Amino acid sequence: MSYLTDTTEGAQYLLMGNEAIARGALEAGAKVVCGYPGTPSSDIIESLAKIAKDMNIYVEWSTNEKVAMEVAAAGSFAGVRSMCVMKQNGVNVASDFLLHLAGSGTRAGMVLVSCDDPGALSSANEGESRFFARLVEIPLLEPGDFQEAKDMIKWAFELSEEIRNLVMVRSVTRMSHASGNVKFGKLPPVDVHPVFKCDGFILDPMEGAVMSLPVRYKHAQQQEKIKKARAIFEDCPFNTYHGPEKPELLIITSSACNLYSREAIGILGVEDRVGLLKLGTTWPLPPELLKRHLSRTDKILIVEEVLPFLEENVKILAAEMAREIGIKTFYGKNDGKIPMVGELNPDLVVGALAQIVGIDYKPVPDEYAEKAEGVASSRAPARELTFCPGCPHRASFWSIHNALQLDGRKGFVCGDIGCYGMATLPCGFSTLKTLHAMGSGGGIASGFGKLGRLGFDQPVLAVCGDSTFFHAAIPALINAVHHNSDFTLAVLDNSGTAMTGFQPHPGLKVNAMGEEVTSVDIAEICRALGARVEIRDPFDLEETQKTLNELIEDKAGLKVLILRQICVLSPEKKAGKKYDMTIDDEICLGENCGCNKVCTRIFRCPGLIWDKEKMVTRVDDVICTGCGVCADICPEGAIKRKEVA
Amino acid sequence: MASMQLAQDPYNIIITGVGGQGNVMASRVLANMLVKRGFNVTIGETFGASQRGGSVMSHLRVSATSSWSPQIPRGRVDVVIALEPTEGIRVLKGYGNPRAKILSNTRAIRPVGVIAGEQDYPSMEKIRGSVRELASSAWFIDATDEAVKLGSPILGNIIMIGALSGLGVLPLEREDFKEAILRSIPRDKLDINLKAYDIGRQIIKQNEDSTGN
Repeated sequence: MSYLTDTTEGAQYLLMGNEAIARGALEAGAKVVCGYPGTPSSDIIESLAKIAKDMNIYVEWSTNEKVAMEVAAAGSFAGVRSMCVMKQNGVNVASDFLLHLAGSGTRAGMVLVSCDDPGALSSANEGESRFFARLVEIPLLEPGDFQEAKDMIKWAFELSEEIRNLVMVRSVTRMSHASGNVKFGKLPPVDVHPVFKCDGFILDPMEGAVMSLPVRYKHAQQQEKIKKARAIFEDCPFNTYHGPEKPELLIITSSACNLYSREAIGILGVEDRVGLLKLGTTWPLPPELLKRHLSRTDKILIVEEVLPFLEENVKILAAEMAREIGIKTFYGKNDGKIPMVGELNPDLVVGALAQIVGIDYKPVPDEYAEKAEGVASSRAPARELTFCPGCPHRASFWSIHNALQLDGRKGFVCGDIGCYGMATLPCGFSTLKTLHAMGSGGGIASGFGKLGRLGFDQPVLAVCGDSTFFHAAIPALINAVHHNSDFTLAVLDNSGTAMTGFQPHPGLKVNAMGEEVTSVDIAEICRALGARVEIRDPFDLEETQKTLNELIEDKAGLKVLILRQICVLSPEKKAGKKYDMTIDDEICLGENCGCNKVCTRIFRCPGLIWDKEKMVTRVDDVICTGCGVCADICPEGAIKRKEVA
Repeated sequence: MASMQLAQDPYNIIITGVGGQGNVMASRVLANMLVKRGFNVTIGETFGASQRGGSVMSHLRVSATSSWSPQIPRGRVDVVIALEPTEGIRVLKGYGNPRAKILSNTRAIRPVGVIAGEQDYPSMEKIRGSVRELASSAWFIDATDEAVKLGSPILGNIIMIGALSGLGVLPLEREDFKEAILRSIPRDKLDINLKAYDIGRQIIKQNEDSTGN
């Protein structure tokens, strides 16, 4: 049984921010929790899925984020607290439903947790979900430490029931994927009897139809709800101030930036000069609270990541109150003190703060910094991202690259989000030439595939992963078939949502809670659409490349090649090594070979090492996972595989 | 209440390495051992895409009072645990200072640029020299080699935790290790992990005279 279910009130554990959010959902008595995997949000659903049966909650990895939000909404409509969880991109996917849901309102408490990724540590964008709260007019909360990550979830459910609308809680990578001490609260027994009451008067919020119509009526009601939330925010325990009564400078911040700001104040030793207003309620801002704090000082620094959301909202209030609070000087994004791209850290806040309060700060003596810079430039070679040793994607892109080279008509690949996005880099032979949203490879390829009538003659390929296929690729394929667009889709099927940690998807026979479920077959869907479908093992390089060339030649519209090989990091795969790999020094010609070290220079699997002294390739037994693929790329046959007994 | 006075509060540790070396697990185990002793520990970890061959860092802040920023400010590390030797140098560049200590594994994991012949990987001798230039004291441990002898290279991270316990800078108890590691592994793997912990600890204890510079 997980420590997350410890019933001891006051027990203290080291929790990841995401685990704290999960515990918060348990303490709030949430009974329906769903989402779609995406770093840094996935651990929330994962930790709840593990205890779903014991806690009698329904936990689902939904097909995509829009569906997840819809499934969770059903829980709320039926009178049970529900939560949906996603990374920032997911809110974009769900946003159409989100707008309508915010208009219809909710019944039992419903919370949307969005985990943003400032700095794009594991994303293809650093998109902002905070603006959605303002856009669709729902309250926004942001935890400022790990304890709050837990406590705020419970508070968010209560607020949701108070205003009968969805509440958004926004975390960031450095909160979700960081850990700290968290003290547990009560784990209440929850007795639920889900019923969807819908026979009442059509406009009755608790017993009528749930919809955003009539729009003017419902929209006005929604705006009353947000006003109510704003009034509640005036006394919210998550808005805190630390510092002198009349600070020389007031920092206004939220989220992980709270911890950076607190530390920056300490590093510069300006505790008696600088005040810190940490806001837990960042939309709508409580005006009276802001008025009190803005009145304390003339100078304000707003510390937040990426776009100036907080800054703009504070400035609007300050403009409205200017007569009462006086004219202020603002520092932040607009004057360039705080960068608008990338994540923040204590040093960036120290930099801004030191400039404003006029302190010269150096983290280490110049002499040390110079020495460290010099040493690191020659002794710490850069580590570019690469596919793991034994990754099926390396083999797949090897074949795709070679098939396109053999074809010789400047073919290319359109892709999307997943580990295989790294095929834009040399580790995937720089084969991937477009990379956008989930499923976008197929949609863009569908467009390229129609340019033939205008004289376009490059072969078009697309790739997507198995989880992505279900999430967002299918509409693009229907589009392609319907419009007879000519391209080849390679589904890189590694049996799970690998990049985020092997969460199950509709193609598998097991769900988030470990129950046996009906699997949906990718090949059957594609055949039903009318596509020509082939299935190969990407570790069989010869067959894969041959098939690819056949499909590229075939002008019959949409062709689908499913490249099926389980991810090397998956729990079942990790258990065993298929081959022992060795190099025959007698046969390896190294630099003198016509291939000029194709295995290490081009194939670049981390399991192979170039031995400079002996001028031959070596296998690194600690790293090699024994997939055996490199044996087939050596033109001399110097790489040997032997089946592990 | 915290059971030992820290040399600094917060006491800052960085565990660094390459994806797949068990960095995240090591930081959890270490942090849980310290939480057991009454400390507040904040961990900031970078994973996700960085699992795929990139550098992986965990920042640990040990404090008697509160949570801290999950990112350690520049120049403020107290101890570096490098599961990969050149990663230790990279961390010292960003977070090192003249009083920093480092425990470094000796087993190289070559970046793909090195495998492809586009970059050079420094010799262990050069690495030792550079590390000693940037740290007040440095210990080099054949953790992966010892772990391979135990039957699994992944145990290198546990050997390094054992080594940290041997330094005596933090209240790390074998009993707490046992409890913390059991959260991450099945019980039948406990003995081998304890063995790895002890090996790391002994390596430091045996070399007490010859360390530091």
